[in-house]
Amino acid sequence: MPHHGSPHGDVMRLQTRSPEVAQRNTPSTFGAARAVLQKDLRLERRAPQTLVAMTLFSATTYVIFHFALDRDSVDGQLASGVLWVTMLLAALLGIGRLFVSDRDEGGLEGFLLAPVDRTALLFAKGAALLAFLLALQLVAVPLFALLLLGPTPDAGTWLQLLLVLVLADLGIAVVGTLVAAIAVQTRARDLITSILALPLLVPVMIGASNATAPLLAQAGAEPLPGRWLALLALYSLIFGLLAYAVFDFLVED
Amino acid sequence: MPTTRKLYGTRLMLLSWAAVAVLGAGFALAAFYAPIEADQGFSQKIFYVHVPLAIVTLCGFVFGGVSAIQYLRSGDPRHDLRSYTAIHQSLIFCVGALITGSLWAKASWGQWWVWDEPTLVSFLIVFLLYATYQPLRFSIEDPERQSRYAAVFAVVAGAFVPINFIAVRLADPLIHPRVLNQAGGDLPGEMRIAFYTSLVGMALLFVTLYRFEMASKHARAQLKSIKRRLGEHATSTGGRSAAPRITPS
Repeated sequence: MPHHGSPHGDVMRLQTRSPEVAQRNTPSTFGAARAVLQKDLRLERRAPQTLVAMTLFSATTYVIFHFALDRDSVDGQLASGVLWVTMLLAALLGIGRLFVSDRDEGGLEGFLLAPVDRTALLFAKGAALLAFLLALQLVAVPLFALLLLGPTPDAGTWLQLLLVLVLADLGIAVVGTLVAAIAVQTRARDLITSILALPLLVPVMIGASNATAPLLAQAGAEPLPGRWLALLALYSLIFGLLAYAVFDFLVED
Repeated sequence: MPTTRKLYGTRLMLLSWAAVAVLGAGFALAAFYAPIEADQGFSQKIFYVHVPLAIVTLCGFVFGGVSAIQYLRSGDPRHDLRSYTAIHQSLIFCVGALITGSLWAKASWGQWWVWDEPTLVSFLIVFLLYATYQPLRFSIEDPERQSRYAAVFAVVAGAFVPINFIAVRLADPLIHPRVLNQAGGDLPGEMRIAFYTSLVGMALLFVTLYRFEMASKHARAQLKSIKRRLGEHATSTGGRSAAPRITPS
């Protein structure tokens, strides 16, 4: 495909000629994002691959933590650390797979040929990763409570934990989508994904593990410290804007 | 040849001597003029190396990010080369800052590494992130895409640095008394003069090395094009490199 005469440019020209026709044929960014997201979710539902791997990986990591720490149950900061390290590493699996099917099966080219805003891909992939992470945690967090967690959280604690999970997942999804979009075009895809995503996710892990620790305290859940939630939200916001700004440069070809 | 004069010209020579002189003066002032710090004794002198190194490193990363933005806006490979050289060199300075920081920690707190010094911990994370810049470039074949992706990385990493500093600082409930780290804020006069001289010297050293690196990159590109004009196969001088390829002007 020639670099200059991109399909996007052609649509722009078409639009100036006959606005009604172009308007009718061009889906909105939101519509395109929804279509790609539905495609990703359907793909995963029909041939479960990534989610199964992430869940199995988490379960095995709990077993390894049991032996490595030589502990039957964990609580407080240690429990929070075990949970988040497991979630982080499982998320890396998802990040590594995020664009792979599109690249290998020509989905990326198809998307580039479509007369839609490139940002739609960012939204769709970010939402897909977020959905994967939440679906994983739907199984993996109760499993953690069952296998390793000492204190039994009550309903209120679960709700607070859910809030932390959603905020942290948002950060992981934003950074992960950005990293995945960079890494998918490299030769050593898996290596680049890991070494790039881990340092970028350190602030998310600082926020998430510190926010989770008081919820899992042995002596009963302590109040949720607001500053960690603020850090998680701020981080997602800044990286969301940043990803929005640079994403176009990652998908032009 | 005008280009030869441009490469090894008087400006670079002057700059080199200025860097040597100012840095030498800064260290001399630090060693002989600035008073010995009452608490930490002589070991505090490493402050005049460590803090300038750290500040220059951060400025280099910022410059790399700004050049990357310019590259993304203009598509001019020279901006990419600037970004690459600045980040590459800042990474080396960053290692210097980490090593001197570690030495200082050993001297004042008796341990090679302390986790409750947030600036040092942040520096380690920043180093780990920027250390992936080279592997990223290496693993993208297409030169244009390599430059574009590296620029995106430089912008993202540049934005990451301040947020990371905030996050690490938040994570630290107890911070060491930081009488001396606040960049001259409450330094006594003699110390301040020595510190600022060292800082300027370190900045000059960075700029000098940066200029040399750029001159070497241009010379290599010219050599390549001359060889090609002579009909030889352009063989790579030196090892495999992910440096941006530029066409000599």
